[in-house]
Amino acid sequence: MSEAVKSIVLIGVGGQGTILVSNVLTSALVAAGYDVKMSEIHGMAQRGGSVSTQIRYGQKVYSPLIGAGEADLLLAFERMEAVRGAAYLKEDALIIVNDYAIVPPPVASGKASYPDNCIEALSNKFKVISFNAARVAEELGNSRVMNVVLLGAMAEVLQLDSLDWDTALKENVPELFIETNQKAFKRGRELARSEEKAYEA
Amino acid sequence: MKRLMSGNEAVARGLYEAGVKLASAYPGTPSTEIIENLNQYDSVYSEWAPNEKVAVEVAYGASIAGVRSVAIMKHVGLNVAADPIFNAVYDGVEGGFVIISADDPSMHSSQNEQDNRHYARAAKMPMFEPSDSQECLDMIREAFEVSERFDTPVFFRMTTRICHSKSLVEPGDVLEIEAIPYKKNPAKYISSPGNAMVHRPLLEQRLLALADYSDKSEFNRVEINNTNFGVIASGISVQIAREVFPSDYSFLSLAFTYPLPKKLIHSFAEQVDEIYVLEEVDPFMEEQIKALGIEVRGKDIFPKMFELNPAIVRECLRGEKQELSDLDVDMVARPPSLCPGCPHRGFFYSIRKKKKAVIAGDIGCYTLGGSEPLSAIDSVICMGAGFSAAMGMSKAFELSGEDKVVFGVVGDSTFFHSGITGAIEIIYNKGRVIPVVLDNSTTSMTGQQDNPGTGRTLSGEIAEKISIEAIFRAVGYEKVITVDPQDLTAMEAAIDEAIDSDQTCAMIVRRPCVLLKNVEHDFKLCEVDRDLCTSCRRCLQVGCMAIYYVDDKAYIDPGLCTGCTVCMQVCNFDAIHIVE
Ligand SMILES: Cc1ncc(C[n+]2csc(CCOP(=O)(O)OP(=O)(O)O)c2C)c(N)n1
Repeated sequence: MSEAVKSIVLIGVGGQGTILVSNVLTSALVAAGYDVKMSEIHGMAQRGGSVSTQIRYGQKVYSPLIGAGEADLLLAFERMEAVRGAAYLKEDALIIVNDYAIVPPPVASGKASYPDNCIEALSNKFKVISFNAARVAEELGNSRVMNVVLLGAMAEVLQLDSLDWDTALKENVPELFIETNQKAFKRGRELARSEEKAYEA
Repeated sequence: MKRLMSGNEAVARGLYEAGVKLASAYPGTPSTEIIENLNQYDSVYSEWAPNEKVAVEVAYGASIAGVRSVAIMKHVGLNVAADPIFNAVYDGVEGGFVIISADDPSMHSSQNEQDNRHYARAAKMPMFEPSDSQECLDMIREAFEVSERFDTPVFFRMTTRICHSKSLVEPGDVLEIEAIPYKKNPAKYISSPGNAMVHRPLLEQRLLALADYSDKSEFNRVEINNTNFGVIASGISVQIAREVFPSDYSFLSLAFTYPLPKKLIHSFAEQVDEIYVLEEVDPFMEEQIKALGIEVRGKDIFPKMFELNPAIVRECLRGEKQELSDLDVDMVARPPSLCPGCPHRGFFYSIRKKKKAVIAGDIGCYTLGGSEPLSAIDSVICMGAGFSAAMGMSKAFELSGEDKVVFGVVGDSTFFHSGITGAIEIIYNKGRVIPVVLDNSTTSMTGQQDNPGTGRTLSGEIAEKISIEAIFRAVGYEKVITVDPQDLTAMEAAIDEAIDSDQTCAMIVRRPCVLLKNVEHDFKLCEVDRDLCTSCRRCLQVGCMAIYYVDDKAYIDPGLCTGCTVCMQVCNFDAIHIVE
């Protein structure tokens, strides 16, 4: 186990299933013997506000909080939220972003327009892995497993071989849906792997 | 085995282990999940009280009767409950009695950032401030020991990041605590001036004994690593200090923070030259430490408001400003808004058309009726103020001669919390106010808790469903109008009827919250006919996330729409219909 504490930020919009993803990640980390701290703000979750979860793990973790410029990895469930979350990132950090937009109220009411250069702008500064996890989930026959597709991608880039992801997944999703979730996880892993390769090429 | 638990879960487990028998709470972020978790333990009677003052009184009554008890609330709840707390401190306890309240630095979901540590000092009650989930569990157990040993209510102060952060916890054994046989003790438990005169000097003696405990408590920890630099911190700041300051600094980590361990602080200051005091929001410790004649650095470098995190503290210390990458994206805010299908929408859409209406609102999901585009609320103060502030406004308009119609608007939980007294005030003092209860059959803002109007208790038992109509009638309202806000024609007619009425009139706007799981909703789906849509944008005025413009015509997002038809009813061109 490496000494250094790693900091991950998950960001999305209320209702996108960020909590499940952080629960699977933290249970896998705890089972593997890491010290883990996690902090979430979910006050306005149900009303379309942005939600974020911060996870830190390592041999010994003190602060559960991650400040600006301190995170190693950002997992964004929505394009514009990825930009919001980027403020947390270290210079050489990695972003996994769901190439998917949720219209915020000021855009819905015609007062503002949704920015069209989110991923492009992120790619100029950070290493970005992006794909439309919503579409992937639909292809798998259940649009609700979008979050687990993203989880799979995160599992791939974290390169934590000691983690038992499958057990953690089983602990956190209802038995009835485990198969689709396993498929979604696997698909997410594959996508991240091929994206990373494309990056290196 | 160690488990990852939030502070709230750990406190609930700790309360169970401590042999607590009664818990009373009123919901409020970030404290709500404590009692929701405690509810799983059959050995504890857990309840939602109508408000925080009631919760404290119920719990204190249980203590007097001989069992360990707890009252739980968010920070502003303590304002509501302050009266019984200040008196209970004079009288002391039988069974251990702990008051838990959770502050919300940075106001993630609150209307102010008050630092409740001042309450401990003002009321002269001992205070714990845990810094992670394990401490939440260990200290809540200790809080009951302190309460019984020193014969005092104990204050347990948490903050959002303590409540909602998860860290590893090793659960402990469950204590077997016998109830103390009841003995009538009027000299102790009757708060009269005569008894208070006797209790007052004892209270000072108790504080001295508690100061001694504070110096010796295992929860106030000294670690001398360095005679040049040291840090004194409490609560979440203990963790942040460990993260930011070099590990060879000296640390005084405080968790029992009222009364402060003065001897310990003196001895720390004797051993360490330069001391930083790290605490969120007010300089609560810093001012007391300086009063001891000890020079420290504190709020001269660290922020006086908002949450701390390692990056902020580092920046203050080293002037290291983290260069944030400017991404050159025109960001749009994501303000919270009423959910698609929210029953509050129809009321606010209808009332905003009344140009003479002044609306004193209140706290709940319906506060969002004050945001654009509905913009239908004039003021929001605190829970219960909707009716009473409306009363003051209407009297002022009467006196000044301004031609206004004043509405006081509260939710169902808020009505039971402290709206009822305002409703009585309006009748008693002949106010010209129309009180309105937006009854969505739940306390929605804090996550859909039951309340006295829902017919169910915290533990899910069927309860008397207290009728809001009957209360209005009983206190003297001649006309009580009940209306479904989803029918905009009926909603507007009800508002007109109330305005035009010569009788005293109250209104109940009733439809269940769309998030309720135990209700059968008749969800449908609405759709826009692009050929009929004239792009007039009138439908956008209902402020629903599910409806927006795509290629200059209205579009309804099928993933979000619940088919409430409010947008359909406002469309003048029949361009919106229900999907069959
Ligand atoms: C004194 C106090 N206690 C608790 C809270 C937390 N709180 C905010 S809104 C709310 C409940 C609102 O419920 P209701 O009036 O039924 O309105 P709804 O959210 O259902 O529309 C609570 C408990 C608070 N702000 N102030």
